[in-house]
Amino acid sequence: MSAHTDRIARRSRGGGLGRRVAAGFLYSLGLPFLLLVIWGLASSSSTNRFFPGPLTILEAFRETWIGPAFVDDVLPSLYRLALGIAASIVIGIAAGTLIGLFRPLRELLEPLLEFFRAIPPPVLIPVVMLLLGITDTMKVVVIVSGAVWPILLNTIDGVRATDSVMSETADSFQITWWERLRFLVLPAASPRIMTGVRQGLSVALILMVISEMFASSAGLGYRIAYFQRNYLIAEMWSGILLLGLVGVLLAATFGVVERRVLRWYHGIREVNRA
Amino acid sequence: MHVFSIRRPRSLRKVMLGVAGLTGFLVVWQLVPTLGLINSQYLPYVTDIFARLAEEFRDLAFWRRLGHTMTSWAIGLAVATAAAVVLGTIVGLVPFLRRATHTVVEFLRPIPSVALIPLAVLLFGIQMQAALLIIIYASFWQVFVQVIYGVADVDAVARDTARSFGLTRRERLSYLVLPTALPYLMTGVRLAAAVALILAITAEMVIGNPGLGRMIELSRSAGDSVGLYAFVVVTGLLGLLVNIVFRFIERRSLSWHQSVRGEEVL
Repeated sequence: MSAHTDRIARRSRGGGLGRRVAAGFLYSLGLPFLLLVIWGLASSSSTNRFFPGPLTILEAFRETWIGPAFVDDVLPSLYRLALGIAASIVIGIAAGTLIGLFRPLRELLEPLLEFFRAIPPPVLIPVVMLLLGITDTMKVVVIVSGAVWPILLNTIDGVRATDSVMSETADSFQITWWERLRFLVLPAASPRIMTGVRQGLSVALILMVISEMFASSAGLGYRIAYFQRNYLIAEMWSGILLLGLVGVLLAATFGVVERRVLRWYHGIREVNRA
Repeated sequence: MHVFSIRRPRSLRKVMLGVAGLTGFLVVWQLVPTLGLINSQYLPYVTDIFARLAEEFRDLAFWRRLGHTMTSWAIGLAVATAAAVVLGTIVGLVPFLRRATHTVVEFLRPIPSVALIPLAVLLFGIQMQAALLIIIYASFWQVFVQVIYGVADVDAVARDTARSFGLTRRERLSYLVLPTALPYLMTGVRLAAAVALILAITAEMVIGNPGLGRMIELSRSAGDSVGLYAFVVVTGLLGLLVNIVFRFIERRSLSWHQSVRGEEVL
């Protein structure tokens, strides 16, 4: 109700479309620009060599990452990240659905899963290293071993919380086991699953970086640590910038996918709120 | 009455199954190296790990390391929460600020905090401040985002009512904004507590400031696999403890709130 009146009020007050677009543009880019200018001024007037100006960092970014380093360091990292995320999602949803649907199994595994979720994921890096040696497989397994838990546990909760009226309706219509899974259980659990995936994504990115800082001679995390150890300050900042971009890109991609998958869900919520 | 009669045997069964699951896991773990499926050098016997844990728990040095880890965790969490509550309330209450900071927040928040480890090392060396920088950065966003949502979630009717009753700014903050935002804040703090612990231990592993994380890294490089697994178990228990404590605090401080009361009725 109020959102609706707000919107009408804004439209009648806001003037033309062009002005609104300009205002939105100013709002979204004003502060970042201001901060960059302040940073630039501060770094050019100070002697602290740990904080180079934004232009220096941008220059280092161009020199460091655009070229062979992109193929040698960035792409393999992103490939392992993607592989780890995909495996975590598949394993998490499959195992989570199974555990969520069978109550005895859930009760059997619950304390164990709580414990595994509570282990800080980076701690598993040395363990996986011990079991698998320092290989690419190890890095993917590390990512999975951390990112799978939020997806798994959220899927279990989501599957469990299927609306009882709907599941009784499904029972009385005697739909098959597969149809039940496809049209009732998974859609009902999907908001929780997406929450789990979002948490899993940030864990996966952290583990990608740490596993490379820890045990690697290539990759994004290794490069950044290498620059720091050799006091290549601007290059190190450019690496942080690149990791930030990867994080933003990951979050944006997730946002698009989530909106598609949960379009019906957001629709229902909006109707309820209005 | 009949709620109890249903619930009790079910919860007893639940506990028994849970214990069975845990025992089963430990037995399988013990059997894997016994049967030689994985060399016990890489996957040590459970019994050895328990013996090692008992030994560590009697050692004062262990508790000192635990103290280091928990100190940086507590300081980091407290600073991040305080900063996030103040800034989140201000930004959340002023629509202009909310719109203006949106891009910056959306860019800074997804930056993995571990990317800042090299910077932290440059600035502070292998001291606790380096770990604190990373802990605070990571846990700040968890609370900040929740506080912004919470403060903005004030019911429009309640807000207009408060205004027409002529409540002062201060009264509105404590009777309107705080009760609305508190559930969000508690969720944020619970998430931040878990994240802060993860980064406290990660920082010790990578940077090498004293604490449990450093012991994990030292055990690994010394080839002490029993010690490595024992410390991993300790961090898991610590994580479990933090989760339980903060869930308890959340329930206690929100005992008046629908979400908690509703659960008890059902």
